[in-house]
Order: sequence, then C-alpha cells, then structure tokens
Amino acid sequence: MFERIWQIVIKEFLELRRDKWARFRLIVPPLVQMLVFGYAATFEVYHVPTVVLDRDQTQESRELISRFSSSDRFDIVRVAQTDGQVERAIDRGDTTVAIIIHPEFANLLRKGQSAPLQVIVDGTNSNTALIALGYVGTIVDQFSADYAADLMRRGLLGPHAKPLTINLETRPWYNPDLNGRWFFVPGVVASLTLVLVVSLTASAIVREREVGTLEQLMVTPIRSAELILGKTTPFFLIGLAEVALVALFGTLWFHVPFVGNPLILLLGTVLFLLSTLGLGISISTVCKTQQQAFASQFFVLNPMFILSGFSFPISSMPVVLQWLTYLNPMRYYLVVIRGTFIKGVGLSALWPDMLGMAGLGCFLLAVSILRFRKSLD
Amino acid sequence: MRIRRLLAMATKETRQIWRDPRSLLIALLMPFMQMALLGYGVSLDIKHLPVCTFDREASQNSQALLKRFQASEYFQIVKVAGTYRQVTTALDHSDCRMAIIVPPDFTERLSDTGASSVQAIVDGTDTNTANIAIGYAQAVIGAFAANVQLQATAYQGRPLQVLQPVALQSRVWFNEDLESRNFIIPGVIALVMALVGAQLTSLTISREWERGTMELLISTPVTPMEVMLGKLVPYFVIGMLDATFCLAVSVLWFGVPFRGTLATLFLATALFLIVVLGIGYLISVNIRSQVGAAQMGVLVTLLPTSLLSGFAFPIDQMPVAIQGITYVVFARYYITALRALFLKGSGVLDLAAPLAAMVVYAAVIAFLAARAFHKTLD
Repeated sequence: MFERIWQIVIKEFLELRRDKWARFRLIVPPLVQMLVFGYAATFEVYHVPTVVLDRDQTQESRELISRFSSSDRFDIVRVAQTDGQVERAIDRGDTTVAIIIHPEFANLLRKGQSAPLQVIVDGTNSNTALIALGYVGTIVDQFSADYAADLMRRGLLGPHAKPLTINLETRPWYNPDLNGRWFFVPGVVASLTLVLVVSLTASAIVREREVGTLEQLMVTPIRSAELILGKTTPFFLIGLAEVALVALFGTLWFHVPFVGNPLILLLGTVLFLLSTLGLGISISTVCKTQQQAFASQFFVLNPMFILSGFSFPISSMPVVLQWLTYLNPMRYYLVVIRGTFIKGVGLSALWPDMLGMAGLGCFLLAVSILRFRKSLD
Repeated sequence: MRIRRLLAMATKETRQIWRDPRSLLIALLMPFMQMALLGYGVSLDIKHLPVCTFDREASQNSQALLKRFQASEYFQIVKVAGTYRQVTTALDHSDCRMAIIVPPDFTERLSDTGASSVQAIVDGTDTNTANIAIGYAQAVIGAFAANVQLQATAYQGRPLQVLQPVALQSRVWFNEDLESRNFIIPGVIALVMALVGAQLTSLTISREWERGTMELLISTPVTPMEVMLGKLVPYFVIGMLDATFCLAVSVLWFGVPFRGTLATLFLATALFLIVVLGIGYLISVNIRSQVGAAQMGVLVTLLPTSLLSGFAFPIDQMPVAIQGITYVVFARYYITALRALFLKGSGVLDLAAPLAAMVVYAAVIAFLAARAFHKTLD
C-alpha cells in the first residue's frame, strides 16, 4: 500500500519538476507578494501633507506651527495667505490637513482666554483622517498645557481653576512601536499558503482528468484513498516548505520577530493545510476543466481572504458576516500565526483555534474524499 | 475597416458570451458578489472593541469612568478582571483587545494634585485597530476629566473658569462622519471593473486557439483591427452596464454620497475599461492557454489594483520606490477620480491630471492592442 502511495508521490514531484511555470509560480510570486505587501500594506500615518494659514503671525502662532512641523506626523507643504488657497489645497487633494490660526490667537492667549484654532481634515480616507485628527489633538493639547503652565509660573493667571488632567498611559503590548509590518507579514504567509495550496491541488487533479490520465490511473491497482493520499502528500509537503520559505524571508527581510514556539506554528500549519487540501480536492471534483477550476477558486478564495481578519478587523463586520468567519479556516490560522510570531502565546491560548482548524479540516477532507470517490465512478 | 465585418465579429462574440455560462456568471454575478462582500466585509471603523477592565480602586469615581467606556459605542466591556494575571490572560487569549487599569490612588491623586492617570494596555498585534482605539480611549478620558471638573466647581459654588488656552475646532470635509464605507466603496467599483474586465477578455483569443477556431477566424477577410474592436465592444458594453450597476448599489444600497457629475464618471469609467480590456486582450493574444491567460490576467490587474492603487493602503505612506511604481498602476488614477467624484464632487477640471494620465494610458494600450493580433498560425 505504501509502495503504491509512494509511486504516486514520486510521479507528482516529477510532474512538478518538469512544469516550468509551476516551479516559477511556487517561488517568484510568493516572494514578490511578500515584498509588495511588506512595503505597501500600511495603515500608518506619517508626514501628512499639511497647509497652514497663519492670520496672527505672532510668536505664539509660530510656536504652535513649529510643533506641527517638527513632528514627523505632519509635513507643512504649503503656507496659504487666504481662505481660498486653503480650500483649493484641500479640494485638489494636495494637502490632507489644514491649520487655520485666528488673527486674535496670541491676544486671547495672553489674556488667559480660550483661543480658537481651526483644523480642517480631508475625510476621504477615513482611516488616515481619524488617526491624523488624533495626532492634531495630541499636539494642540500639549501646546495648551505648556502654555497654561507657563502662564501660571509667571503668575499671570487670574482666578482660574487648575485644569484637571487624567493622563492615559498607553502600553501597546506585543508590538510596542505599533509597527504595521509585524501585523501584515505573518498574515501574508497565511494568505499565500492558502492560495498556493488550494490552486495547486485543484488544478493537479483537474489537469489529470482533462488530459485523460485519470482513467489510466483508475485501471492501475491503486485504491481511491491511496490515490488521494498520494496526490495530496506532495502538496502538503510543498505547503510546509512554502510556509517555511515565506516566513523566513519575511522575518529576515522585514525584521519581524518570531517570539513563539516553532512547534506550535508547525502544528497550526499542519491543521491549516488539511483544510486547504480538502478545499482543493473539493473544487477539483466540481470542475471539469482547469479553466473552471481557476474561476471557482476565485469565488471561494476571495471571500475567505476578505473574511479572515487579514487586514480588516472581524469585530467591525456585520454580525452575519462575523458568523461566517467561523467557517473560514484562515481566520483561525491567522490567530495562530500572529499568536506565535508576535504574541508568543502557547497552546493554552490557541487551542480553540487549533480545534476549529482541526474540525474544519477533517470535515472538508472527508467531504472531498467522498465526492472524489463519486466523481471517479 | 468595414463596419459590416466589425458588426459581424461583435455579434459572434456576443453570442459566444451569451452561450458560455461561466462568462455570464463572471459578468453578472461577480459584481454583485464583490460589492456585497467588500461593501460589508471591508470596514476599518472600530465598533464594540472588546475591552477588559481592572478597577484597582473600586470607587464611585473609577466606576463612573469605566461606565463611560461601557457607554461608548466604540468599546464593549467583556471582562471585569480581579487580578493583574486575569488581565494578561485575557489579552494573551485575545478575549479582549484593550485593558483599562485604574490605579488604586486614582481619585486621591486627582483631588490632591489635580492630575491622575489611567493605564491602557492595548493588543498591538493589529496596529491600526490599536492606534484608533488609543485615540478613542483618550477622548473618553478627556470627556470624563472635563465632567469631573465641572461637577467639582459646581459643588464648590464658585463658578471658576477652567483654563484651556487653545480650543481645537476640527472639521472633517467630504466624509463628515468618517465612515470607512464611503472611502472603500468607490474603490470597490474599480476593483470590480478590473476583475470583470480582465477575467472576461483574457480568454477571448486564447479560447479561439484552444477550440481550434483560430484557423477559421484567420481565413475570413476580417482585419486585425476589426478583430480587436469586434471582440472588445461587447465586453465594453458589459463593463459599462456593470459599472452602472455598481454605482447604483453604492448610492442606493450603501448610501455613499455621489456629489459629482455622471458624465465625468462615465468618461473616467470608459477610459479605465479601455485600459483593462486592452490589457486583457494583449494577455490573451500572447498566452495561448486559457488557464495561463486567466492567471496572468489576475496577476496583472487584480493584485496591483488591490494593493498599489490606494484602494485600502494610502499611497503617500509607502516607501518612495513603491510610490514610483504606483504611477504605473493605472487603477490608481481611476480610484483617485472615483473618490473625488463621489465625495468631493470634483469637476472635469479638478480631475485633469488623473484623466489625462488615463487618456495617455488608454491610447498606448489601444495602440499596442491594435498591433498585437497577427493573422498567422504560429
């Protein structure tokens, strides 16, 4: 029995070795995607193009502006003279933030009154706008507090109450600098593995049917379970190698830490591969041509990718979609891979996700094997 | 070029699309599925972020503060921890994404020195969520501090003016409620168009090769130019219909404001379609196997459109070298135009730069496509 399975495994590897396009597909696109994702996928907000309209032109107003320009969050790219110029800069998308200083700014400040500061943010990119607004608030609050302290020290403050301050000490755990690459690089490993293993498995079986060699295989003494084992083992091994390659490349190139236990990641990867292999075989049983297999992968993989938490948080989705994510093996694998890469948590934290993947994997494999048998008859 | 031959070619292609259930599926179902999936699934807004609290003071004040977190729609307190260990476990197990820890001397320090602090431990794994959550937490705490102050001065009976030197008045333009849906959905239209256009046309010539009808096509008096136009016109019509459908769904179903003019929108869409269809056609002419052509089509259109076009990740935050590459990604111009049309209501003049880039792109691709098809068998 093992002899027969082994023969199929060898046959698959030989086929892969002779297929130039497949070899290329295994190495180059994954690495390119890792590079592009690592560099391009970022939600961070630095150097926001900013326009300033200083109607006051005093020491105070310049001090405030310099706080913006010295922060690496904002780049003052334009100094406007009129409201119209500000408006045009925002309309044309040249600048995202506009800071408009009132002509009485310093006067009001010196009198100990509240001086208005107008800030306009282009909300087109809601995420950037939200984060930029947060940074504006931080800078202005700091300026405000410093100015109040200064007034108080010089005894210039009238009968004012001292403002109460509650400081929020934020401690980002696991990723202290909130570096976006740490979030995306492990995710890319997961998504590349999903796409590669599903498409390889699906097209390998469909190709055999299309070329007509599946019938030849059926007249050999091999049993269908052996055939499936023999056909999936190579892709299982390739999947493992792919995870190792992409993960190694990502960690070394982008300096993403790996603080967890590699064995736990291995366990998670094995469980994840069960589901992906099952999916691949299932697709192959429904499709007659490679062309169809490719198109249906599209309908399956794309939703899995979106509904996995890869870049968009699951907790923000509508509840129905949140339920659907529980049927998605990638959802669990992302928790495991991020958990081992960045959080360094063990099985005590990851067991529900492991269980989810194991359950889905067994189910998908069982269904696919049953369907595969039927499609052979 | 003869109109009659062109029409014949277009009719043949239309019939072929009509009789191929897979093409129809891509043309009709794909836009619907993508709009629903991306419109609902892609959201960067934070709502009901699971929070764990650890109140080491357990006073009226600290409870009032935590109640504010509970009342905010951005947070949801899912766990009340009694020990620090429970906090770390909850974060490790991803039961919560943020932990608010009130120190034992919170109220004491607040009344003694007027300054106190609260600790927020954030799960930094999802950096963007962490960043936004910190912002919201700061807002909640700021509002609480202001309220305590108000109550204190009212209690003392002397209406003391609270000093806050700079009053920040921030205003958000174009997307006033900062809904990420308004940002994402115009981009989804571009994504759908790129997907449908490239998927459909990438097969059009390779299909003729695989089915053996290429020889028949070559033996007819039709010219390469007529082949290209005849093949692409039906897809262009389908693409425009899909675009109209997507637009209707965006505005009527998802409620994204559309402030521009329809004429500009259709102009931009037509240019974008010419580029996408042209690229699909070029791939199809050069790669004879349907699978290879379809895979290439996805690689060339979908990946750049979803990653390097500004669809989700802002271009100005990318490294300079990658920013340079995005100028080649034609979807970048279309997405810029779409967002401006939807949210800003920009006119043709405001969009001169992206539209001009798309015209150049369309001209180059059309030129290449017109020359690509050779009436030879090898």
